[in-house]
Amino acid sequence: MADPTRLRAHEMAALLRSGEISSRALTEAHLSAAERQNHALNAWLVIYRENALAQADAADKRIAEARRAGTAALNALHPLCGIPIALKDLVSVKGGQATAGSKILKGYIAPFDSTVAARLKDAGAVILGKTNMDEFAMGSSTEHSAYGPTANPWDLTRVPGGSSGGSAAAVASFHTPLAIGTDTGGSIRQPASMCGVVGIKPTYGRVSRYGIVAFASSLDQIGPFARDARDAATLLHAVAGRDDRDATSAPEPVPTELLGLATSDDEAAAYLKGKRIALPKEYFVEGMEPGVAARIREAVGAMEQAGARVEEVSLPHTDYGLATYYIIAPAEASSNLARFDGVRYGYNDRSSGEFIADYIKTRGAGFGPEVKRRIMLGTYALSAGYYDAYYLKAQKVRTLIKADFDAVWAAGFDAICAPTSPTVAFSLGARTEDPVAMYLSDACTLPINMAGLPGMSIPAGLSDGLPVGLQIIGAPWSELSMLRLARAYEGITARAPWRDLEPAELQLTDDPTTPSPIERKERQKSGASAPGAGGHS
Amino acid sequence: MVRSGIIPGMANLTRADVEHVAFLARLGLTEDELARLEGQLNHILDQYAILATLDTEHIPPTAQTIEVANILREDAVRPSLTVDEALSNAPERSESGHFVVPAILGGEGGA
Repeated sequence: MADPTRLRAHEMAALLRSGEISSRALTEAHLSAAERQNHALNAWLVIYRENALAQADAADKRIAEARRAGTAALNALHPLCGIPIALKDLVSVKGGQATAGSKILKGYIAPFDSTVAARLKDAGAVILGKTNMDEFAMGSSTEHSAYGPTANPWDLTRVPGGSSGGSAAAVASFHTPLAIGTDTGGSIRQPASMCGVVGIKPTYGRVSRYGIVAFASSLDQIGPFARDARDAATLLHAVAGRDDRDATSAPEPVPTELLGLATSDDEAAAYLKGKRIALPKEYFVEGMEPGVAARIREAVGAMEQAGARVEEVSLPHTDYGLATYYIIAPAEASSNLARFDGVRYGYNDRSSGEFIADYIKTRGAGFGPEVKRRIMLGTYALSAGYYDAYYLKAQKVRTLIKADFDAVWAAGFDAICAPTSPTVAFSLGARTEDPVAMYLSDACTLPINMAGLPGMSIPAGLSDGLPVGLQIIGAPWSELSMLRLARAYEGITARAPWRDLEPAELQLTDDPTTPSPIERKERQKSGASAPGAGGHS
Repeated sequence: MVRSGIIPGMANLTRADVEHVAFLARLGLTEDELARLEGQLNHILDQYAILATLDTEHIPPTAQTIEVANILREDAVRPSLTVDEALSNAPERSESGHFVVPAILGGEGGA
C-alpha cells in the first residue's frame, strides 16, 4: 500500500473497516513521520508513542469485534475509531501535560479529561500527542511559545500562523489527518490558511470548553483541523454538543448530516446553485497582499460560475474590530490568568516566604512577554477610572460589529466569503518586535469571534508558492451549510493543479542537518542568516 | 488613580502608571520589561483612539453572543476530583489535605 499518511481520515476509516489496514499500522506510520520530522518543524511538544499504540490496539480490537458481529455493527462504529489525532497542548488529557505553551504550566499533569478528550477517547480516536502553540493562545505565529517556534512545512523560514500553529503544521505535514485547536481571534483559521489545510471555528457555544485552558471566555471556541471538509465535519460532529460541565455550551442539536457531506465532486458542487454569497468590501483591506486578494476573487468567481450569486456587501464597523478585540480579549485574559498564583499548580517561586511577594515573582518569571503585555493591557482596561472608556466602550462597539453581520443574514445571504489572512505566511521573526503588526494578522478573523459566528478557512491555491485560505463565514449554528459550501468549493476545484501539491519544504524535514526553528531563531538573534532550507523567491 | 473623561487614544501611560498596573496584576517586571512595556502599551493604546470616533451612547454592550441564559442543573451530589487528585499538582500540601501557602497575615506559625 502507498504511504497511509497521505490518506484522508474517511479513507482511513474505510480501510480499517475492510481490514486492509490496522489502526496500529496507521498509528505507527504517523508516529514515525512525526518523530522523524519534528526536529525541523517543532510542531509537537510531546508525542505519546506508547499510549497511542495502546489506543490503536484497543481500536483494532473494537473493529475486529464489529467485523465478526456483521455489517450493522461495522457501520455503527464511530467514524473516528482507530484514526490518529493531535491535540493542541491546552486540551487536558488525564495523566498528561497541558502546558498551554507556557513555562508557568511546565510539569503540570492534568488530573482529569477535558470533554473534548473524553469524547474522542469514547469514539476510539488515537491521540498521538500534543502540539505547539503561542503561550496561552496569545499570538498569530506560534513564536510566543515558551518551547520555541514552529516552522511552516511550505517554507521552513516562515511561521505556520498561530496560535494553533503546531496543530496546523502537523496536519499539513501528514503527521496526523486530524487535530484540535482553539480559536479566540483566528487561532484555528489563520494557521489553517497559512499551512494550506482546513480549519473551523464553530459558533460560540457549539463545543464544550471544559478542561481547556481559558484565554478570553466570551470568544474562545474549540474546533477541528483536517485536510478536507468531510474530515473536518466528522471531527466537529464528534466533539460538538451540549455538555453539563460547561454552562456556556449551548443546547443546540448537532446535525448528523455533518457525517454525510457529498462524496462526489459533482454532487457537492451542485449545492452552489442559487446560493447567495456576500463579499464584504472592507475585508479587502489596505496592506492585503495582491496575491491573496486575487486568489479569493478567483475562488468566489468560480463559485459564481457554478451557479452561486455573489454580491458585494458592507460590514461598516470592520475597521473598529481590531481595537475592540484588543480591549476585550486582554481584559478577559487578565481575569482568567489571575488563577496562576503558584499555590495550586504550576511554576512557583517561594523564595521570599511572603505571600504577595511570591505571587508577584511567580507570575513575573512564569509568563512570557506577550502574555505579560496582554495582562497589562487587560488590567489597565479594567482598572478604576478606565473601565467605561475601554472595556464598556469596546462591548458597545461589539454590539455594532455583530449588528453588521445580522444585517447580512437578514438580507437573505447564505454565507460570507472573505480572505482568512491578509497575507501568506510571514518570515520567522518578522513581527515579533512589533505587537501591532502581529495583531493585524487577525484583522479578517477576529470580527467573527466577536459576533460569535461560525467561520472556517479552506485552501484556495497559492500565492508566491505559499498557501492562501478562503474564509467562509456563516450565521449562528449554520456549520452544516458552511461545510456544504466548503465541500462544494472543493468539488469545483478538485482538478486544480495546486490541489495535489505537498508542502514545498516537507522533504527537507527528513534531513537531520536541517536546522530546527529554535536554531534558526538563535541564529537570527546573533545576526547570522539561517543557512540551508528557505529563501523564497 | 481615578481619571474621569478619559478618551481612548489620548491616554499617555507614564512609567509610574505602568508600575501601578503591574502591581494590580501582581506581575513582577524587570526594569527592562517596564521600559519596553511603557512604549509598547502607549503604542497599542494609540490604536484604540479610533473607538472614540464612534457615538455609542445609546448602544447596549454585548458581553456574549448566544441567546442562552442561566442554564441550571439539578443540585445533586455527583462525583468530582478527589482531594488527592486536586492536590496532585500542588507545590506544597499538608498532611491533612490542604494547599500550603506562605503566611498571609504575618506572625508565628502562620503557615
